[in-house]
Amino acid sequence: MSFITGVGLTSYGKHEGSSSLDLMSKAAETAIADAGLKRSEIDGILCGYSTVSPHIMLATVFAEHFGVQPSYAHAVQVGGATGLAMTMLAHHLVDAGVAKHVLVVGGENRLTGQSRDASIQALAQVGHPDYEVSLGPTIPAYYGLVASRYMHEYGVTQEDLAEFAVLMRAHAMTHPGAQFHEPITVADVMASKPVAMPLKLLDCCPVSDGGAAFVVSRERTGATGIRVRGCAQAHTHQHVTAAPALSELGAEIAIAKAKAASGVAISDVRYAAVYDSFTITLAMLLEDLGLAGRGEAAARVRAGHFGRDGAMPLNTHGGLLSYGHCGVGGAMAHLVETHQQMTGRAGPRQVRDASIALLHGDGGVLSSHVSMFLERVR
Amino acid sequence: MSDKLADWTKGAEAIVYQSCSACGNVQYFHRSFCAACGAPDPAQKRASGMATVYATSLVCRAATPETRAHVPYNIVLVDTVEGFRMMAHGDNDLAIGDKVTAGYRPFAGKLIPYFEKKK
Repeated sequence: MSFITGVGLTSYGKHEGSSSLDLMSKAAETAIADAGLKRSEIDGILCGYSTVSPHIMLATVFAEHFGVQPSYAHAVQVGGATGLAMTMLAHHLVDAGVAKHVLVVGGENRLTGQSRDASIQALAQVGHPDYEVSLGPTIPAYYGLVASRYMHEYGVTQEDLAEFAVLMRAHAMTHPGAQFHEPITVADVMASKPVAMPLKLLDCCPVSDGGAAFVVSRERTGATGIRVRGCAQAHTHQHVTAAPALSELGAEIAIAKAKAASGVAISDVRYAAVYDSFTITLAMLLEDLGLAGRGEAAARVRAGHFGRDGAMPLNTHGGLLSYGHCGVGGAMAHLVETHQQMTGRAGPRQVRDASIALLHGDGGVLSSHVSMFLERVR
Repeated sequence: MSDKLADWTKGAEAIVYQSCSACGNVQYFHRSFCAACGAPDPAQKRASGMATVYATSLVCRAATPETRAHVPYNIVLVDTVEGFRMMAHGDNDLAIGDKVTAGYRPFAGKLIPYFEKKK
């Protein structure tokens, strides 16, 4: 058994002068305090990576900087799925008794620490060095390819995709830490600059500075326990050229295994936190996970289904699209927000019932998937 | 293991793929073994250049000065008649399902495969 006992999140956007380690430290300190623990009680550290400050041993660099001497520590790299992959590993580590309190931390000054071009270039390297990267693709282009095919097969339109950007922005407007607070419309998304068609600027998540952390513990430390009920991964390919058919992607495999591991059905889920690097990512994953029928996710957005007061509140902090994306920390914000909702601490964003939550992360080009169910126990 | 046949990744006007004599699997990314069954030394073959468009994305925002000089450029995934999928460039107005044939064009200092609608 394992519990998410504390969470920490910085605002996303510009943190001029803060290093990746600074942002990681800030989030870690908040998470440890939130768990009611002392630094010295942290005996495990899992961290992600920083494209601004790459290092072959980031976990021990962080541990030394932060001032802890863990008995278990290393970095994890699974692209956008890193946060949930670390949480899954922490869950198994504490469950197996390897550590009592594992600090999971990610953070990066990706916006102010390097140029936007440098960020785009660094991320494009998930492509094949010989057969893809020399063709000048970008991450939006990899996802643009997938989007064109998905739209072709399921009759999804650019206006449909725009709905997800509008929804995430509406949610971000209610979170003071979000990078963007100006309202946008479907027309604004449609009129935004083309990036890699069919994806336009407002279909894409921004580059951000920020940090996020949580503590995963063997026992709960507060009155309300947020328990990891079950989780699973699936990895079908790395490069989009080698991706299987749309109907055979890893999200469907991971969620099926997570449901089997946890005994939870989609009909039990009350809150959803789903990776949203691009509007197409969110649309596809919602449908792959069974949170909407094929080609029907946009209609559910229009009907208010995924809003704060809807049947399945989704990414109420604004997601990667509008809270921001600082790399590994980006999707960790989804878990922090889920924890706030499940513990009734989301303030004006609080949903009626977040007793069981589904989280899903995606890394690469729909390459690596982690599905996880969290459950509130009192 | 025979030397890799020259293809566009080496500056030659050719698309080369591999075919496994043990299981019949075809693969585009060059390896010294078959990724499906593990058998060594898959045969190298030159592709005909005939394909069908699987997906497209017109890149309008590039990240380097060399690639920026070419925007907008259309990145495509095509399914070749030989049975493997590959990434390339193509005409900006290509649609999914179009039958296409390969040519070669310079891009950011390299020669790359470029697909046009079959005449």
